[in-house]
This record gives sequence, C-alpha cells and structure tokens, in this order.
Amino acid sequence: MKATCWMGKKKVEVRDVPDPKILNSRDAIVRITSTAICGSDLHLYNGFVPSMEKGDVLGHEFMGEVVEVGRGVKNLQVGDRVVVPFPIACGHCNACNAQMYSLCENSNPNAWMAESLWGHSPCGIFGYSHLLGGFAGGQAEYARVPFADVGPVKVDDGLSDDQVLFLSDIFPTGYMGAEMCDIKPGDVIAVWGAGPVGQFAIASAFMLGAERVIAIDRFPYRLRMAREKCGAEVINYEEVDSVPEALKELTGGRGPDACIDAVGLEAHAHGVKFAYDKVKQMTRMETDRPIALREAIMSCRNGGTVSVIGVYGGFIDKFPMGAVMNRSLTIKTGQCHVQRYMQPLLERIRNGDIDPSFVITHRLRLEDAPKGYDMFVHKTDQCEKVVLSA
Amino acid sequence: MGAATIAERYTGRSDGQRERQYDNGWRHSYNDGNARGSGRARPRTRRARLKQGDMLATSLGWFSVGLGLTQVIAPGILSRSIGIGESTTSRSTMRALGIRELTAGIGLLARPTTAAWAWARVIGDTMDLLLLGKTLASTDKGRSRTFKGRSRTLAATAAVVGVSALDVWCAQQLRRQDRMPMTDEPKSRDAIHVERSITVNCPVEEVYTFWHDLGNLPRFMRHLQSVHVLSNGRSHWVTEGPGGKTVEWDAEVTDDRPNERIAWRSLPGSQVDNAGVVSFVPAPGDRGTEVHVELQYRPPAGAVGATIAKLFHRDAGQQIADDVRAFKQVLETGEIVVSDATVRPGPHPAQPDWRSA
Repeated sequence: MKATCWMGKKKVEVRDVPDPKILNSRDAIVRITSTAICGSDLHLYNGFVPSMEKGDVLGHEFMGEVVEVGRGVKNLQVGDRVVVPFPIACGHCNACNAQMYSLCENSNPNAWMAESLWGHSPCGIFGYSHLLGGFAGGQAEYARVPFADVGPVKVDDGLSDDQVLFLSDIFPTGYMGAEMCDIKPGDVIAVWGAGPVGQFAIASAFMLGAERVIAIDRFPYRLRMAREKCGAEVINYEEVDSVPEALKELTGGRGPDACIDAVGLEAHAHGVKFAYDKVKQMTRMETDRPIALREAIMSCRNGGTVSVIGVYGGFIDKFPMGAVMNRSLTIKTGQCHVQRYMQPLLERIRNGDIDPSFVITHRLRLEDAPKGYDMFVHKTDQCEKVVLSA
Repeated sequence: MGAATIAERYTGRSDGQRERQYDNGWRHSYNDGNARGSGRARPRTRRARLKQGDMLATSLGWFSVGLGLTQVIAPGILSRSIGIGESTTSRSTMRALGIRELTAGIGLLARPTTAAWAWARVIGDTMDLLLLGKTLASTDKGRSRTFKGRSRTLAATAAVVGVSALDVWCAQQLRRQDRMPMTDEPKSRDAIHVERSITVNCPVEEVYTFWHDLGNLPRFMRHLQSVHVLSNGRSHWVTEGPGGKTVEWDAEVTDDRPNERIAWRSLPGSQVDNAGVVSFVPAPGDRGTEVHVELQYRPPAGAVGATIAKLFHRDAGQQIADDVRAFKQVLETGEIVVSDATVRPGPHPAQPDWRSA
C-alpha cells in the first residue's frame, strides 16, 4: 500500500510499504477514505519530537471502511464506516474507566521510553513517534486499529467524510480546550492560535456559552476565518505592542476569564522574545518555545483558567510560575480524550449545530502528501487544513 | 487515646493496620525465606568481609596517591613537617619515596585488587620506618636537631606504624580474596535483586488466581519459555539462555497465602539460583489490586555463569518492569499489546511488515 513516511527532518515521502495485518485480537484493519495533516504532525516534520525513525508512517486523523476485524471485536463488521480517534485506548484500565482515554495504561508498548522522559506514560498514538508506541499512522491506504472495539465510532452515510473526519482529533481537541475553561455566563475567552484546533476551540467556546471569544494569530487569513466563520474578535499580534495589554483593553482591564493555548511548542512572536526562545531551542537549552503559553498566563484574569491543548514535548524556560501562584490561576491540559467526545459531537454535527468542514482549505490525493506538508508548514496559499483522500 | 494521628481519626484505620495492608509482610518475610535452609548466610558474611578488604585497599590507594604526590611536588615542606630538615639529599630521597608511594597507590586502586600491592606497601612501610629510625638515631651523633624536630619525627614514626598495621591487615584480606575459587568472585556472584509494583484493575482474587497457576508466567515473563507445574508444589522452569541454549531448573513454592502472597525459590543445585515473591494488596478506593513483585537471581559459577549473569543483569530492572506491565495487560485486556515498532526486535520504522504475521 501507499503510505506517507517520515524520512527525516522536513522530509516526507509517499512510499510503498506492506499492508497492515491483524496483530492483536481486538484489532481491525481500516481502508482509509480520508485522512488529514494535523498541526501536531508539523512538530514531527520539523524534528521537534524525539524517537522518530526514518520510514515511520505518519498520520493520526483518519477514517474509512472496516475491511477486517480480529476475533475479539464484536461491535464492528466488515463494511462499517468508522472515524478512528487518535489516542489508542484499551477501555478496561483505570484511566479508561475514568474516561481519560489519552492516559490509557495499556496502549503504549514503549511506555518505558515515555516514562523516562515524562515520569509516567500516556496512551499510544497513531503515527506519532516511538515514544508514543511506534504505531504506523493513517496517512496511508490502510491502517491497523488496535482496540477497535473501543475507539472507532460508526458514522451513517448521510454525513460526508469532510463533515465527520475531524471527530478523530481536532474538533474534540478544540472542544476539550473550551470545556476545560469551565465557561460561565458572561465569560470572555482568548484563544492563541487560529489554526484548525484554535478554530474549533473558538467555536466550542461559543457552544459552551462564552459571551465573547478573542483569537490571537499573525496570519490575516486565519484571523479572517476566526472572525467570519466562528464570530471571534481578533488580535494580530504582529500589529500590537503587547498582547496582554491589548487583551486588557478589550476586557475592561480584567483580562480574559480563560485563555486557551492552541499553539504549543513552536510558537512565534516578533522581536527579542522570539529570538531568545529560538536560540535556546536551537542550542537545545529548551525543547519547546512557550511564547504563547507565557502570554496566556500573563493575560489571564486573576483566578482564571489557562487551558493548554497545544502540544508540548519536553522542557521550557522562563515559565511564569509567580503569576500562576500569586494570581490563583488554574492550568488544565492534556491530549484530548477523544473517545469521550466522539458521540456527543457527532450528535452536534447531525443536529446541524456545526459543520466542521469549514476549516478545510485544501484537498489533495494521498500521493501529494509532501506538497500538503510543505504548504501547511509554510502557510502558503492560505493553507488552513489539508485533507488527503486515498 | 489521644495518640491517634489525623489519618487515624479520619480514615478509622490505625497506622498499624495500614502498614499491614500495604506491606503485607512481603519484604521482611522474603528476606526470612531467603536465608531459610539455603546455607546462604555464610557466603554472604564472607563476601561482606571481602568487600571490606576492597574498601580498605581503595582508601589506602588514595592515601598513597595523595602522600606520593605531596612527596614529589613538595618534598621540602614534607621533610620539614616530619622534622628531618631540608637538604638536597633529603629532597631527592623524599621524591624517590614519593614515586614508590604513587606506584603502590595506583596498584591498589587498579581492579581487580591483588594482595601484592598491599604487600608492596608493607615493604615500603618497613623502609620508611628504617629511614625514620636512622633519623632519630642520628640526633645522638650531634646533628643540630631541635626538640621540636625530634618530636615531629617521633609522631611521623607513630603514624607509619599505624598505617603499616592497616597495610598488613588489608594485604591479608586481599590474599584471602585472591585465594578464593572463581565461584566466589564477587562480581559474577552478586545476587541480582529487582522489585517492581503495578496496579491491576481487577479484583484481588482474579489477580492471585492467575499468578497462582505458574504455567501462566511465560505469558507475561517473556524470558521464560515454559513453567510446568509438577506435584507437591514443585515446578519445572525453562528459559532461553545465552546462545540459544535453554537453562532449566526446578522450583518449589515456599509460601502460598490465598489472595495475599506467593513465594517460590529454585531447588538447591539449580543452574540459576533464584527466588521470587509476589504480594497482592487491594488498592484503595476500588482501584483494583496492587501487585508487588520481587525477584532475586544468583547466577552460577564460571564463565557460563558470567554470561548468564549478564543476560539476567542486562536491564534486569527494565525486564521486570516490562513483565509486570505485560501482566497487567494480559489481565486487563486479555493479551499483550504490540505496535509495528515493537512486534519485531531491533530498531526499525513503525511500518507494517509482512514478516510479522
């Protein structure tokens, strides 16, 4: 089959690799109809996630048709149309019982690697480094889906791939980011990053009752999408001196009630701040550039919540813990527990509350994945979200 | 009353109760079981004594290096401090002695330590004592020596006598160690001891029952090929040894308390002397069962033994960590989860592979 392979830093190729097979009894094999490139794939692409091997199959947002099931899978049948959540979860451990699926205690066969970096291991993730399991990903023609009796959700034919594909990651991720803000009537929410996850965080914040949402980015086309499709107010951080000051002005001096970091470890800024973190990251004195996170903390109102859904990998520098402690801030974070949100969000799509396909700007064939990565990473042709079809 | 801790007041459980619940006696009784009927106490103390010999050799080695360096670098200062005055002769003698000290010191620090270097120090000590004696005697021949100088020389002599005693004792310890047959060479004979805990989301009865059938062990202890349960609490264990050869031994269950604890050990004369104990403790708040595993291996003597030791030693801690995780997976999900990267050994990309089928 054809699969998108990581071939080193800033290099992906679509190569012929063997077809996947059932390896565990609760596996299913899915023939992929649609798959997407995620912003977090760019962290792999740019070489910021350790434990990648040349030839790793990428991709963790995918859906398709079940073509084979293991003997332990009773709820799926060949021919079912399913969306596959990116966290692999067993459904039986304490974390899964608590619906903390991305913390599944059984799905990372390389848990020891993650433990050495992070203390404990989260779940395994498709196509996302050996540290997170070493599972072949879904930017391919077929994928093996472990614990297929727990993760994949069946979707009816009435909805298109474009409408339901993002249940695999970015819609639930944005939704969880907003949910962690514990939104009360009148709340103003600020969202750093108007990429696809940021857009869904904005949309979800409104769904959960936010009064206003303010989006922060530097690309006018992304801010336009946030304003026109989601109804956010916008700040282009390259046009203001200080984001926290701008947010103060927009909120009567209070600051946003909650701040969502939908940027993560490769944040940009202008001026000295950016140079400082870029140099530290390049010299391996920090692994992540926490520029958006620092701003989110400094901007948040006293007693507010900082919700972190952007991906971080290792260690950061100049973390304003003094602000967090002295101003009673709450930080909530996590890889999305996608399985928890798939059914309710599928309902919202069915009801017509939201059509997630609004973020798609480019549809390419699987063979053109390298072009998709290039456009997405360089933000050329107003690229917001690339969907690949096999 | 009145002595209740806050925890006791709020949990209604005494510290003693909690200790018992968590500790379950597994650690202490394991050690008891360890010494029982194995004649292990003697070699252990002998080894401890040998270790002392090594430690002393190290201390003396560093002492020699320090003294030797001082003698070579600052012979004048040292000569004055032991009251023999400075002269070209005394300085060059001091330097020569320094080189001797350095040589003996390095010899003692090198591993494996041999008694020869400690004896070399004893000979050196004798030489020093002779020289000091000569210095003390020379005062009587009218050399201009002060009372202060004489008392310094006497103090130095006393110090050398003390160090000599240590050198002799160290040499004897090391000689005994040299004479030991290879089987007691501490490096290959040191027991490998590993402990690991994990919480399994299943009732304690289920977890105990699964482990109690020792035939299940190879399902999660991946270095084991098979465990066959024989009669009267005995079992036959087969594991993959070095070079694809199998290593086998018989073991017996030494303690079996339903839903609490299982302990086993290899029978005397086994190729790999080993013992294990697993305890099961209900995790608080319906979190399932805490499983505490403790294993100990004592590899056999000789070159084969050393290879086996390496085999078991190599990430012994990591291996048991993988094993208990696999145990949890088998109980919670029915099997061990594999990925494209872990289904085959060795580093390779996370890519499906037809060979894995």
